[in-house]
Amino acid sequence: MSARDDIFANIRRSLGVKGSETIRRQLVTDRLERSPRGVVPSRGQVQGEERVALFKTQAEAALATVTEVTSPGEVPQAIAEYLRNHNLPATIRMGEDPRLAAMPWDETALEVSRGRSEGGDLNAVSHAFGGVAETGSLVMVSGADNPSTLNFLPDNHIVVVRAADLATDYESVWQKVRFAFGKGGMPRTVNWITGPSRSGDIEQTMLLGAHGPRRLHIVVVRD
Amino acid sequence: MTVHATSPQFKDNAARALADEQLQRALGNVKRGFIDKRQKAIDKLPEFEALRDQARDIKNHTLQHLDLYLEAYEQRVTASGGHVHFARTAEEAREIILTICRAAGAQTVTKGKSMIAEEIGLNAFLENHHVTPVETDLGEYIIQLRNEMPSHIIAPAVHLNATQVEQDFRRVHTHLEAGRDLSEPVQLLTEARGVLRERFLAADVGITGANFLVAETGTSIIVTNEGNGDLTQILPKTHIVLASIEKLVPTLEDVSGILRVLARSATGQEMSVYTTFSTGPRRPGDADGPENYHVVILDNGRTAMLGTAFEEMLRCIRCGACMNHCPVYHAVGGHAYGWVYPGPMGAVLTPTLIGVDKAGHLPNASTFCGRCESVCPVRIPLPKLMRHWREREFERHLQPAAVRYGVGFWAFFARRPALYRAATRAAMGALKLVNRERGAFRWLPFTSGWTKHRDFPAPQGETFQQRWARERGRRKAA
Repeated sequence: MSARDDIFANIRRSLGVKGSETIRRQLVTDRLERSPRGVVPSRGQVQGEERVALFKTQAEAALATVTEVTSPGEVPQAIAEYLRNHNLPATIRMGEDPRLAAMPWDETALEVSRGRSEGGDLNAVSHAFGGVAETGSLVMVSGADNPSTLNFLPDNHIVVVRAADLATDYESVWQKVRFAFGKGGMPRTVNWITGPSRSGDIEQTMLLGAHGPRRLHIVVVRD
Repeated sequence: MTVHATSPQFKDNAARALADEQLQRALGNVKRGFIDKRQKAIDKLPEFEALRDQARDIKNHTLQHLDLYLEAYEQRVTASGGHVHFARTAEEAREIILTICRAAGAQTVTKGKSMIAEEIGLNAFLENHHVTPVETDLGEYIIQLRNEMPSHIIAPAVHLNATQVEQDFRRVHTHLEAGRDLSEPVQLLTEARGVLRERFLAADVGITGANFLVAETGTSIIVTNEGNGDLTQILPKTHIVLASIEKLVPTLEDVSGILRVLARSATGQEMSVYTTFSTGPRRPGDADGPENYHVVILDNGRTAMLGTAFEEMLRCIRCGACMNHCPVYHAVGGHAYGWVYPGPMGAVLTPTLIGVDKAGHLPNASTFCGRCESVCPVRIPLPKLMRHWREREFERHLQPAAVRYGVGFWAFFARRPALYRAATRAAMGALKLVNRERGAFRWLPFTSGWTKHRDFPAPQGETFQQRWARERGRRKAA
């Protein structure tokens, strides 16, 4: 018997089932099709301004920094200012996200290059698929628009997220993912990012910038 | 067994650990940090207890339908272009991984933190077959340099102090300037980041574990704070996920619910920094990501736990809360347990994986204080399961004669309540008489295991049962 068959046979023997029982199969199919929601904390269940404020509070508690702008057109300025304030070079790397491409980068002195990171980029800009107010987490989806390497290799990661894309909870984001990729479908990588990279592995002292970005800066666009 | 277990020498290991000043200093960090941080995170989430119940129920439901969820998971992985491999044993898992590495022409593989990889002794095996494994989690990297096992399932190097890490880095990173300053932990972190960055970019294969596998979508999930697991899986051409069968959960909703208790129980974070959901290989048009995606699903004795009392152990999500709260772990650290999994969860799991004949000391290394069960996010009754092992050990005559005779002697009295009460009354009275002044014994017959390290408090003259009867009488009267 193959290892696979053996393992399935062992599971079924231990559970005392054949695997063909209609009721069991129906129960499993139902759960996979309906994806029922469980207990969702009340903390995130707030609307409008309150939700943006909660997202900001939670992201800052996770040691990200957050600025707000009122239109996509103001994003390049806000990013240029952030880099200047931290004495960082005015270079950024980004993917092909059309929302980012439509922003007026020419109005700034920022030098923009495009594509995945090969490891030498200091600053990257990504556009988030969404955010979760409950814990101030960003939800990033892989692809040519926002390559996953940009989330991890650069020292400073700047993420643009629309206020309208801030969800109350993780479950609401999964609904949106299903809408975009079909039920049961997923992009290659979904990253939830909550604050900058850190490690507590040396004497349980928390230090930022372990392997991923040392800084995570979020630009919330209210439009 | 694949990794040499020193669990049979638990008593010697523990005695050495108690005398190790360096270790005792490092263990202080466990007591101070983890417990407070967890409590603070939980205080901020009123739904935490309900989420624990839910996490337990999700895991139980999945285990009861494991065959069907595993089928669904396999289908989804295949549909997304990935490959699923099944391994009955550690040996089969190692062979599958080596075959994939060879097909990829791999010289070095980077590794995210994986307890399953430790369980199957993957690093030593790969090295013996001319593939160089590089651990990338900072803690795992440090212990790989020292050729040690992790001493904690989420903080592998928690037994070390910064000065020890500095010495290891100076010993191994000889290409760096000898006079460099490494006196601050942040300098150690920066050095490791630089050294490992080159390794990430050069690796041919990346191997990660999985915190969860999602049947609905064929997704594997890793949870990290450093981002090392992500660099391990998105940079090389081939990503291998190594996971045991009980990592399965039905849906994205289910895993979201469990994630709400995982980080809070582990590090006291509301959510870990990086929670990554990976499904299949790179898609057409993707700018990065692995071209090949393999999942190796390991049994290694787990299917045999289903349908037994130890099935409950398969709910474990490896948060480490049980060891963070364990007075025995606080005293002796993880290495004393002698194998891959330390603390209360290790005391239950290790005997199933390497045999109770080798690991019988571990379920005995418990005060049964119950803190582990009280903090377990999936409500595993760890003390009860340790007691099951003690019963099996007794049934199989694995304990030394003195212990068996002692238990037999006690059982004789325990079955005769009147005699038991009379005997204990007499003994307590006598001990009180003997020791009227000092209030404690430096030495007593048959108690050297206790009195070698501390005095034995003298009984006050009354037995527990007498006191119980008296207190109850008082309460009834009131």
